[in-house]
Amino acid sequence: MSNRELLIRGKDLTKVFGYGTQKTTAVDAVDFDFHKGEIISLVGESGSGKTTLAKMMMGLLKESGGSIEYKGKPRRLKSHSDRKRYWKDIQAIFQDPFSSFNLFYRVEKLLMDCIKLQGLKLSKEEQYLKMKEACSFVNLKFEELHNKYPFELSGGQMQRLMIARIFMLHPKVLIADEPTSMVDACSRSTILDMLLKLRDENEMTIIFITHDVGLAYYVSDTIYIMEKGKIVESGPAEEIILNPQHSYTRQLISDVPKIHSAWDLGS
Amino acid sequence: MKNSFVILLKSPKFMIGAILFLLMLALVLIYPQINRKDPLEMMALAFQPPDANLWLGSDNFGRDLFLELMYGIQTSIRVGLIAGVFATVIGLIIGLASGYIGGMVDNILTAITNIFIVIPSFVILILISVSINSRSSLVTAIIIGITSWPWTARAVRAQTTSLRGRDHVHIAKISGHSTPKIIVFEILPYIASYVVMAFVLQTASGILSEASISMLGLGPYNTISLGIIMNWALVFEAPVAGAWWAFIPAALSIALITFSLYMMNTGMDEIFNPKIRS
Repeated sequence: MSNRELLIRGKDLTKVFGYGTQKTTAVDAVDFDFHKGEIISLVGESGSGKTTLAKMMMGLLKESGGSIEYKGKPRRLKSHSDRKRYWKDIQAIFQDPFSSFNLFYRVEKLLMDCIKLQGLKLSKEEQYLKMKEACSFVNLKFEELHNKYPFELSGGQMQRLMIARIFMLHPKVLIADEPTSMVDACSRSTILDMLLKLRDENEMTIIFITHDVGLAYYVSDTIYIMEKGKIVESGPAEEIILNPQHSYTRQLISDVPKIHSAWDLGS
Repeated sequence: MKNSFVILLKSPKFMIGAILFLLMLALVLIYPQINRKDPLEMMALAFQPPDANLWLGSDNFGRDLFLELMYGIQTSIRVGLIAGVFATVIGLIIGLASGYIGGMVDNILTAITNIFIVIPSFVILILISVSINSRSSLVTAIIIGITSWPWTARAVRAQTTSLRGRDHVHIAKISGHSTPKIIVFEILPYIASYVVMAFVLQTASGILSEASISMLGLGPYNTISLGIIMNWALVFEAPVAGAWWAFIPAALSIALITFSLYMMNTGMDEIFNPKIRS
């Protein structure tokens, strides 16, 4: 992977919440290098700082220390147009599809916003075709959906619409924060397959955040293991899962009963 | 939004309140068009009891109390509504700014809000009223409005703070929407029902505040309001003269208006508040 172009690099990234005795360090001096077209998994238990790290990468939270470089330059998020440019390249899918939608607007608006963010000037018909294409990519029928309100959809449909949104935006980096944890097992594999398909088509970098080591092994090239705000181990997925060095990684792997028997054979 | 309005029409509490309020409003707006006399015209002896001609008798100056009452209710409702608008708008702006921006701005605005909450607003109301020389009903309404916003601000801040961290707001941000747009389209719809409820409550308490300071003789000049009618009854010793008609109808009107507004508020609460929604 290291021969690929470096896309995002974090140095000494730190996030501290609160002050005084209430101070908690959610992310503690984290370093990472993400390359183009790579699928990276950030694995850790709840409260290990995965989501905070993701929000900092997104530019939704300001880092307390350290820096993030994008395409070799320190990223600039000062003005609104800077941020807009950054978000053209970096997009996200969140954990909870039910809270990702504004309940007051129809589904159509979410997809129209993507066209607007890209600054495309399209006729009504072209807009319609583009939205339809995005929906068919995620196996949804735009004709049936566009007039509906989010609360009329199922969780799986909502999350697939979020992927349709990513499909329309063609970002260079996608941060997927536990995108499958709130949907049923059946939708889960479809959603994962769609994400992998997106990577293959667009050479997208996907940062996959999960607490499930098995899932991480299934989808990713590189795995970063996080514990209490620190990255305790990182490297190619095979290496981490088959030959874990850190005790926390071993514990995480042994906590997944399903993969335990499967991967014990290899070691 | 349209949907919740239709549900609202099915709530008996809201409908009782709304119909009561609208009937009263219609009465006080239509009656002065039929009886075009000046409410301040003296037309009988002092403290005449109610009869067929003077429905609510006359006051200490021999004026038609029913006609006075109609104008009084008009003024009181107007003062209440203006005070409600001011309190809601100020509270909304401060609450949104405090909740959405967060950090230092939030700390400062919350401190200011808390200071306003702990200072008894009625004392400020009296002090400002005393220190202003020309008081119209509009000035009184504005004074009431700018002393009663803190509760709205506090509630709006709390709601906004929790909404700010929701994923749909994050999605709107990374879709490149500007901050004002996010506040208007992602935050406001979620707190709109609450703000309307707060407005109704502020209007009711505005009417009560106006009646209270007018009764103390610190209300608007050159107008008739429910509080002023009560003030006249108090100053000219209507209770001593046994003239119950000089103050009881006014007091009942205040009770009826605030009751109808509180009913509307309770009806809305039952529909919009998920905790007590059945």
